Amino acid sequence: MAPILDIRNLYKNYGSVEILKDINVAIEPGDFLVLVGPSGCGKSTLLNCIAGLEPISGGSIAIGGDDMTNVSPKDRDIAMVFQSYALYPTMSVAKNITFGMKVRGVDQATQDRKLADVARQLQIEPLLNRRPGQLSGGQRQRVAMGRALVRDPKLFLFDEPLSNLDAKLRVEMRTEIKSLHQNLGASMVYVTHDQIEAMTLATKIVVMKAGVIQQIGSPSEIYNRPANLFVADFMGSPAMNLIPAKARTNGGGTTIEIARREGEPIVLNDPRAKDLPADVIVGLRPEDIAEPGFRHGETVQQADCRVDIVEPAGADTYVMTHLGGKPVTARMHSETEAAAGNVHTFAFDLAKVSYFEPETGHRLN
Amino acid sequence: MTDATFSPARRQSALGKTALRWGLYIILALFAVYYLLPLFVMVTTSLKSLEEIRTGDLVALPREITFDAWRTAWSEACTGIQCEGVRPYFWNSVLIAVPGVVISTLLGAVNGYVIAQWRFKGANIIFALMLFGCFIPFQVVLLPMARLLGMMGIAGTIPGLIFVHVIYGIGFTTLFFRNYYVTIPQELVKAAKVDGATFLRIFWSIFLPLSLPIIVVSIIWQFTQIWNDFLFGVSFSQAGTQPVTVALNNIVNSTTGVKEYNVDMAAAIIAALPTLLVYVVAGKYFIRGLTAGSVKG
Amino acid sequence: MAKWFESHLPKIVLAPSFIAVLIFVYGFIGWTAWVSLTRSRLLPKYEIEGFIQYERLFDSPRWDTAITNLYIFGGLYIGISMVLGLILAILLDQNIRTEGAIRTIYLYPMALSMIVTGTAWKWILNPGLGVQNMVQGWGFENFTFDWLVNPDRAIYAIILAAIWQSSGFVMALFLAGLRSVDTEIIRAAQVDGIPTWRVYTAIIIPSMAPIFLSAFIVLAHLAIKSFDLVIALTGGGPGYATDLPATYMYAMAFSRGDIGQAASSAMIMMLVVFAIIVPYLYSELRVTKHD
Repeated sequence: MAPILDIRNLYKNYGSVEILKDINVAIEPGDFLVLVGPSGCGKSTLLNCIAGLEPISGGSIAIGGDDMTNVSPKDRDIAMVFQSYALYPTMSVAKNITFGMKVRGVDQATQDRKLADVARQLQIEPLLNRRPGQLSGGQRQRVAMGRALVRDPKLFLFDEPLSNLDAKLRVEMRTEIKSLHQNLGASMVYVTHDQIEAMTLATKIVVMKAGVIQQIGSPSEIYNRPANLFVADFMGSPAMNLIPAKARTNGGGTTIEIARREGEPIVLNDPRAKDLPADVIVGLRPEDIAEPGFRHGETVQQADCRVDIVEPAGADTYVMTHLGGKPVTARMHSETEAAAGNVHTFAFDLAKVSYFEPETGHRLN
Repeated sequence: MTDATFSPARRQSALGKTALRWGLYIILALFAVYYLLPLFVMVTTSLKSLEEIRTGDLVALPREITFDAWRTAWSEACTGIQCEGVRPYFWNSVLIAVPGVVISTLLGAVNGYVIAQWRFKGANIIFALMLFGCFIPFQVVLLPMARLLGMMGIAGTIPGLIFVHVIYGIGFTTLFFRNYYVTIPQELVKAAKVDGATFLRIFWSIFLPLSLPIIVVSIIWQFTQIWNDFLFGVSFSQAGTQPVTVALNNIVNSTTGVKEYNVDMAAAIIAALPTLLVYVVAGKYFIRGLTAGSVKG
Repeated sequence: MAKWFESHLPKIVLAPSFIAVLIFVYGFIGWTAWVSLTRSRLLPKYEIEGFIQYERLFDSPRWDTAITNLYIFGGLYIGISMVLGLILAILLDQNIRTEGAIRTIYLYPMALSMIVTGTAWKWILNPGLGVQNMVQGWGFENFTFDWLVNPDRAIYAIILAAIWQSSGFVMALFLAGLRSVDTEIIRAAQVDGIPTWRVYTAIIIPSMAPIFLSAFIVLAHLAIKSFDLVIALTGGGPGYATDLPATYMYAMAFSRGDIGQAASSAMIMMLVVFAIIVPYLYSELRVTKHD
């Protein structure tokens, strides 16, 4: 099947400043693509380029197989939901939703039918005669979604649509967007700076930094096999532990030596790693460091470390120590006996370990 | 000065506070008298007969109220050789102000919309150049404008004055609308573009309905400016086309005949009434215009 | 073609206004500047002769009076309006119950034409039947208040009327400034036990520096352009005693038929405004760039 969205060698400059550099992304129909990255990474600019709201400086964008590079937004068969919702303040909710059809000269009967459909789907029927100013944040969000849904476009674009909602509502709407995607089978491009939103919604994630794509992949690829230190650090909460270490290859695999604040270095043995340089950065998620006995197998090894801080978080307790000159977080069960100041035994599972080159930050394994 | 709360004698301090409060109100009232007195004198003088003015007291109430001065001011007072009162000039001012206000407000709205929402390279420089145009002393354009109006064949005509007021008003109206529209998120235009609306459609369907408060500010500002203008009026009009401010000045400063102070005052009040009325009815918007013109944003 | 038109429509729409401003503001300033360097009299001439008009201007006693008057008028008008405006604003800021009404009264003169203001004060100050006559009528036979007809005092009569007209406006500006100071800072000061007057002098007034600047700019600008009030109140007299640059320019342009003098005096006014406004606008526009 042809990709529904195909971006090739896209460049975007503001004067001499390069905002986007050599962007190549393609998604299949039904994909949920999330563009994620810190603010200023160019993700919103990329979305605006896809929408045709910003001209591009080089490369091409195709939607549904047709080249869109010089096509105006209204002719791209897209719909967009904005961060501020961008509801027309002087129009009622119903008029907001039907404005696009009215502009395009759709007949009144079709307008009414589609409006009724969307209102039922989003449960905003009682709000249709209100003005945006009289709605709560969550209701505005729904109306903005309704305005996009009613268009039934090839491609939905979302620009940080949940960032103005409070935490609880954000989780609710996230679930709702996800079920909407599943029910409609629509293709969506979604911009967010929130990596949890990216993980939960996406079928495909693009991690961006400074206008450059860092990694493209499924949520599990991004989470388990980050392509570089930036992605490793940015995706996941609490963040992946990135511990400077020395690697030495021996017969049965590789020995990893990690400095402790006191005493001899910890020595871990990774039977699967090979061809590592002498200096590496070891990436271990907090859930891969825990109490002894939490997992079994040849990749699990133990070491004693002094505990700096204990942070109970309900179901889990996060225990911080210091390794390789960096604070390191371990996720232990809530009844852990670890106490700040004491020495505690930590178990390290190297099954999902990542190794990075310290200079370039690239993934090594 | 001591702070009352530190005083040990609480009753005394409460007393002091009341006294202070009274003093405050008295001072404020005295200033109110200062600002109101000229208006009071104008009104009472206009209602007195000349005889009473000559013999009476400046601030005394009229012993006998007469509207003769008002009648004279409206339809008989002499502005130089003509003796038709301020009536024809009052209508001249209306004929100048209404189109002047409408055209400059419309242009300002469109300009502000473009500058605030359709930013393109150089838009800020254009705005700065227009803004500076608001502040020039108009003396610097009087001579070339007089020549240009002559060349265009509208020297001394009402359309000529409308033209001048529109030209030198758009800087301010653009400023008003630009500062109003710049607070509206740009996403609104983006959403409308995705919905398929064009430049003019977005202005007409989305921005114009939003703009009522700033339209009122702009109309009031322009109306006050044009109605109260004297410099352009006296420079670019001739006998039949003078605005009311010029006519008022001619009545007051014409040296022929007996000085009729009551007529002068009645004419002055007539000339002031429209803008005073606007101020009383829509003072909030009037002040917004004043402050928007001086403090940006 | 239609697409090109639609995408350039914003510029096309802005163009007429922009071209108008270019011609009627900047082009006209250029014309006046050019003519101020020629020997133009009754009709403009276009051969540049250097600064002779400016030399004539600075040699002219009447221009000298106008400039001196501008100093006196500008200094006192701006100074007193600001002080009075600030005092009134602070007094009104004390939870006054009738604030709305009082504010309306203080500010209404700003809605009047300067010609109306001039007419009113001309009547009040006229020595024959105005204030002087009234006070003498109360028994103070020797009371004199003849500013309007006294060449040494007439400029102060104009200042009096000008302050009456615009001090309420300055008050409104300052009041808005007082209200915009972060109330948490004021509460913190009150909790610290700082007396009210110290809160004003140490916290509120210093934080209003931008408002002072704005008020100064507006008043300075009004002062330099002052024309109507002088015409209505004194007509520039007695003699030339109350001439200001604006009335000088007008007299040269329309009654003396001396275009060269009119142009050069207008250019001087322009330069004065320029010197005040440009730094202000520059800083204002720089601030907007950040948001």
